[in-house]
Amino acid sequence: MLRSGCDVRCAHGVGGTKWRCPAVREERGNFADPGKESVAFRAMTAGLHVRSSLSLTGQVGACICHLGRKTMQQTPHRLMHLFKSGNKQWITFQHLNFLKHMCLMQLNRNLNQQIKPKPESSASLFLEKTSSSQAKTVVHEMRPISLPNLPLSTISNQKELKELETTPEVESLGRVGLESKDEKQWKEMKLQMDDLPGILARLSKIKLTALVVSTASAGFVLAPVPFDLQCFLLASVGTGLASCAANSINQFFEVPFDSNMNRTKNRPLVRGQISPLLAVSFAICCAVPGITLLTWGINPLTGVLGTFNIFLYTCCYTPMKRISIANTWVGALVGAIPPVMGWTAATGSLDAGALLLGGILYSWQFPHFNALSWNLREDYSRGGYCMMSVTHPAMCKRVALRYCLALFGLSVLAPLLKVTTWTFPIISFPINLYISYLGFRFYKDSDRISSRKLFFCSLWHLPLLLLLMLTCKQSFVGGK
Amino acid sequence: MEAGPRGTRMAAVVAAAAASRGGGRLGLLCPPRRGFVLHCRRPGLKRGAEPGDSTQCRASRFSPPNKSCNDWIGPPDRYSNLRPIKFYIPENESPLEQQLRKLRQETQEWNQQYWANQNQTFSKEKEEFIHSRLKARGLGLRDETGKKVALNAEEMADFYKEFLNKNFQKHMYYNRDWYKRNFTITLFMGKVALERIWKKLGFKQVCWCSI
Repeated sequence: MLRSGCDVRCAHGVGGTKWRCPAVREERGNFADPGKESVAFRAMTAGLHVRSSLSLTGQVGACICHLGRKTMQQTPHRLMHLFKSGNKQWITFQHLNFLKHMCLMQLNRNLNQQIKPKPESSASLFLEKTSSSQAKTVVHEMRPISLPNLPLSTISNQKELKELETTPEVESLGRVGLESKDEKQWKEMKLQMDDLPGILARLSKIKLTALVVSTASAGFVLAPVPFDLQCFLLASVGTGLASCAANSINQFFEVPFDSNMNRTKNRPLVRGQISPLLAVSFAICCAVPGITLLTWGINPLTGVLGTFNIFLYTCCYTPMKRISIANTWVGALVGAIPPVMGWTAATGSLDAGALLLGGILYSWQFPHFNALSWNLREDYSRGGYCMMSVTHPAMCKRVALRYCLALFGLSVLAPLLKVTTWTFPIISFPINLYISYLGFRFYKDSDRISSRKLFFCSLWHLPLLLLLMLTCKQSFVGGK
Repeated sequence: MEAGPRGTRMAAVVAAAAASRGGGRLGLLCPPRRGFVLHCRRPGLKRGAEPGDSTQCRASRFSPPNKSCNDWIGPPDRYSNLRPIKFYIPENESPLEQQLRKLRQETQEWNQQYWANQNQTFSKEKEEFIHSRLKARGLGLRDETGKKVALNAEEMADFYKEFLNKNFQKHMYYNRDWYKRNFTITLFMGKVALERIWKKLGFKQVCWCSI
């Protein structure tokens, strides 16, 4: 029944959602995995790792993952209920067993892909997944959040149930074995134009890009010049395009590595939804207008910074992830550049204020990423990633604490450089103190709990810090 | 279709698929096809491979529908986590298209071998590490309830660090080769796409709708 149904669809060349069903199930299992691979465009985000954004969505994602798994486990029961409720089709016990077997196989398949058995809660699963991005810039590494996929997966699940309900040849269920299940997971590698926007959004890590653009915008607004809306929009669009390009190239480079990490295994190139040629073409189509916009629409300095950042992220950070732990510092730099770009877009020059903003983002990257990577050591090791948390754990903790404390100093520098008023170091003191405290706890305890606390704190710490900066911005007219 | 004198090998064209993937509307007219190729061979049939060699992907009995002119991608392999592809070969496959397809096939096999080996080695060495540590502490593999005893994160960190350092050179070579292959394949894809466009322009100069 199922097989014939799918074959019919296959023969008509309907690749779409029917063939995507197994993948959707996979995605459900990955909700708590915001993406280990923080290959995001660090350059664009001033050191903000996607992780921060991922953390927020990751928490929801963790719940969704858990829900997803429960749904999968409950599916056989639901089917039994459906069949019992007066369905005309002839259902045999064999068919039900097969359906149960299918669901269990799917679950097992998801688990099999994890080398290390993960008995921990889904929340910790989320943390591991999110920390895959070694980059300190969480914002840079926008993992394709599985959260938006949830409605799709639940809808698909319901669709699947409906299909099972209405299939006429129930008796053939018994003949459908593992082979059929495997066959159904094969998909035609044909680009579906309807899905292209979604695919490109995932390819460009659109959420991470959004965070990168927001840090650049913060840099623009904090600059001591009159606000120019046109310039602001050009800077945002240009930065966004550059970020999309960098993220796409990053995914293009990392296909086999992404395949082996739970968070990133559903990326478009990994799943064959888009060809490498198209991914590179898309990256070029984003990079060229993006840099052109920044260079000619704003000023050459911003254009140069954007180009340099794309280069730094794709050609330095990405390969370095498997060469040396220094990749973390490069990644922090990638994250620090976008707010600097925002500032230079507004003022046209690289002032001390720009460097201060970059410095804040740069410092923030370390507690964020180091805490995140602490729980992903196994996957990093297996994937061949050179991360501090794996090879130099003591340094990892030390560096995280060091840069937490550096945030105090940078907050005090802000009024000295006339970026903000003296209110800023005062009102930011509590949150800087809190993250430093968590950094200290992480340094001392070095366990899953302390690392997770530090990571989650970093997620709200940076946006709040930037917001406080904006509210305490020193008026450029002469100060109030 | 899969059974043949040489076993599981079947020819498939990548270029048609690549072009159709890129354009979406290209390749609407499916040239007569010769069949599909498994990107990997059955265990035991490859030169030097032992029967049941898990570094070769499981030979899937999946057969793409006759009408399909595109490649087909399957679920992730159990050992390598990589998704196998069945390549499509049209009858009029050009030399360039054939070169691209062979390169992609060979790269897939190479990748499959590397990652299956990597993941299995990691698992095996991890188990050995856990056993040796537990033995050193005088503990058995399972506790009173029968559950497997696991080491904590700090203890495992020693293993992860050691594994990474031990295999550093191997990882470097893989990275370098992967980048080369990836670039070459993409370059070939570009050439093939241009070749197809050129053919279409050459044969149908006036009919722009076919582009």
